[in-house]
Amino acid sequence: MVESRETLLGLGDIRFDRPRRTLYIILIYAILIAGALVFLLPLFWLITTALKENSEVYVFPPTFIPHTFRWQNFPDGWFYEGMNFPRWLWNTVFITGTVTFGAIVAASLCAYGFARIKFPGRDIWFMMVLASIMLPGAVTLIPLYIMYNKIGWLDTFYPLTVPAFFGGGAFNIFLLRQFFMTIPIELEEAAVLDGANRFRIWWQIMMPLCKPALATVAVFTFQGVWNDFYGPLIFLTNPNKYTLALGVSFFRELYNTQIPLMMAMSFLMVIPTLVAFFFAQRLMIRGVVMSGLKG
Amino acid sequence: MAVASKISVNPIPSRPSVWRRLMKTKQRRDTVEGYLFILPVVLGLLIFTIGPMLASLYISFTKYPILRSPEWIGVRNYVNMVTKEPNFWQACRVTITYALTAVPLGILGAFLLALLLNQRIRGMNFFRTTFYVPTIVPAVASAVLWGWLLNPDYGLFNAVLKSVGLPTSRFLGEPDSALPSLVLMSLWGVGGGMVIYLAGLQGIPESFYEAAKIDGANSRQLFRFITLPLMTPTIFFNLVMGLIASFQYFTEAFILTQGGPLFATYFYSLMVYERAFRFTQMGMAAAMAWFLLVVVLVLTLLVFRSSALWVFYETEVK
Repeated sequence: MVESRETLLGLGDIRFDRPRRTLYIILIYAILIAGALVFLLPLFWLITTALKENSEVYVFPPTFIPHTFRWQNFPDGWFYEGMNFPRWLWNTVFITGTVTFGAIVAASLCAYGFARIKFPGRDIWFMMVLASIMLPGAVTLIPLYIMYNKIGWLDTFYPLTVPAFFGGGAFNIFLLRQFFMTIPIELEEAAVLDGANRFRIWWQIMMPLCKPALATVAVFTFQGVWNDFYGPLIFLTNPNKYTLALGVSFFRELYNTQIPLMMAMSFLMVIPTLVAFFFAQRLMIRGVVMSGLKG
Repeated sequence: MAVASKISVNPIPSRPSVWRRLMKTKQRRDTVEGYLFILPVVLGLLIFTIGPMLASLYISFTKYPILRSPEWIGVRNYVNMVTKEPNFWQACRVTITYALTAVPLGILGAFLLALLLNQRIRGMNFFRTTFYVPTIVPAVASAVLWGWLLNPDYGLFNAVLKSVGLPTSRFLGEPDSALPSLVLMSLWGVGGGMVIYLAGLQGIPESFYEAAKIDGANSRQLFRFITLPLMTPTIFFNLVMGLIASFQYFTEAFILTQGGPLFATYFYSLMVYERAFRFTQMGMAAAMAWFLLVVVLVLTLLVFRSSALWVFYETEVK
């Protein structure tokens, strides 16, 4: 059941005698199971509330399993009068897809330049890219808002999508650069001898070799954009242009007594990020780790 | 051009030869190609970061109600901000309080969780996933959900407190408990930091522990003199990023409390948002944003300075 050597709280390997070890393992499992229950309870509550009758959410003590599973909450919320969830889903998918595509192309180009080509000024630009991670968004937001207003971009998707093509996010550049630097330079040298130029090396050697890294960037970007609230809140005003994040909060503002429907719509919003996570779990955790450790 | 016209027999236009001249040396070619590759981010930084930064610095010295053109008023925005703006210091206090509670608690929680999850026993991957999943829930969905969990009358939290005989709380509905409630919410997301610490812990070479044990170190000493020092760079990174993020805390407060009750959760970024987009005082909003930038810079520098005292780097000769 258990491997012979345990690592006790990061203290390296400690060998216990049998009874003490069993006791220790039981204790660890008890803590872990209790913790896991606490962490999962909010999500469980989201789902269970999404399936309750509206009246059932007000009973005391609260019921953990709905008396009757009201699946109708999902279509009821989705097609709620005055709301436009199908439209919002499409808007979100469009914005998310465009940004993810733009980020992958732009960030990988830039990352290749930073990782593989030596030229004057490179390190300064790279430092500036890294420094921009720390910049509070509010500082650039106001002039950008004014500029978008002047060129008629307010209430369009351009402010949310176009910037992605200009660099694709400092974090993504950093992440891909780290990956590119692990690819043996000999591969490139061989390609140069065969007459390939840099662009071809990027496209035909680096990109295929870095598929896991690109997938990581794609998943992170997807989640970041899917979850973004601040950007759409500021740049979009017409309810037809809303994203799901704005839509869910709009719904909560107008109908804050429709608890089960609100939970159902929130749950729908969580599903794609959960699915993406379980597909790319290993990639994502590696990405978090790489970006977090080498900062 | 002169060169090109001399060899007029050559039907090829002058452009390739200019190109070839530019590409003469490998170094020059590298420079051109390098900048071509990083062109997107160079343009991006200029258009979407550096340009707007300078513009907002200028705007912060003007009166700019967006519909009319900006009017230079010197430092009046900054002076008014700290003297007349009624809730400026309240916003600072709320934001700092949040940063000084949520960030250390988050680091502590994530670190302890990572220690707990760094053991080779069966099913550990399941637990790691479980603690990480809350961090991928969208902020809006999480705010909607927690608003309901913390509902004073029908929420799960109070139901549990009541059933075990503990005093209930109004949570987000009362000034004293609103900010702690948001901190509590933020702790649901400690899984993000946990993953990073976990990787750090697994990166510590086992030989370090073995060598120390041969020298007779006990488990407390192993933790104090090996685990903890080797984790300080990771803790440091999380501290810096956590502080910066918490100074920009917005979504949950905007959705759940709108800064209330009685400005108890009036975060700095809520204030900037209101100035800019509710009252369209762009000059004042820009001044507030720049003030925040300076504070973040100073704070980051301070943390970096202090890091020499407590962050351990392996290259260091002691």
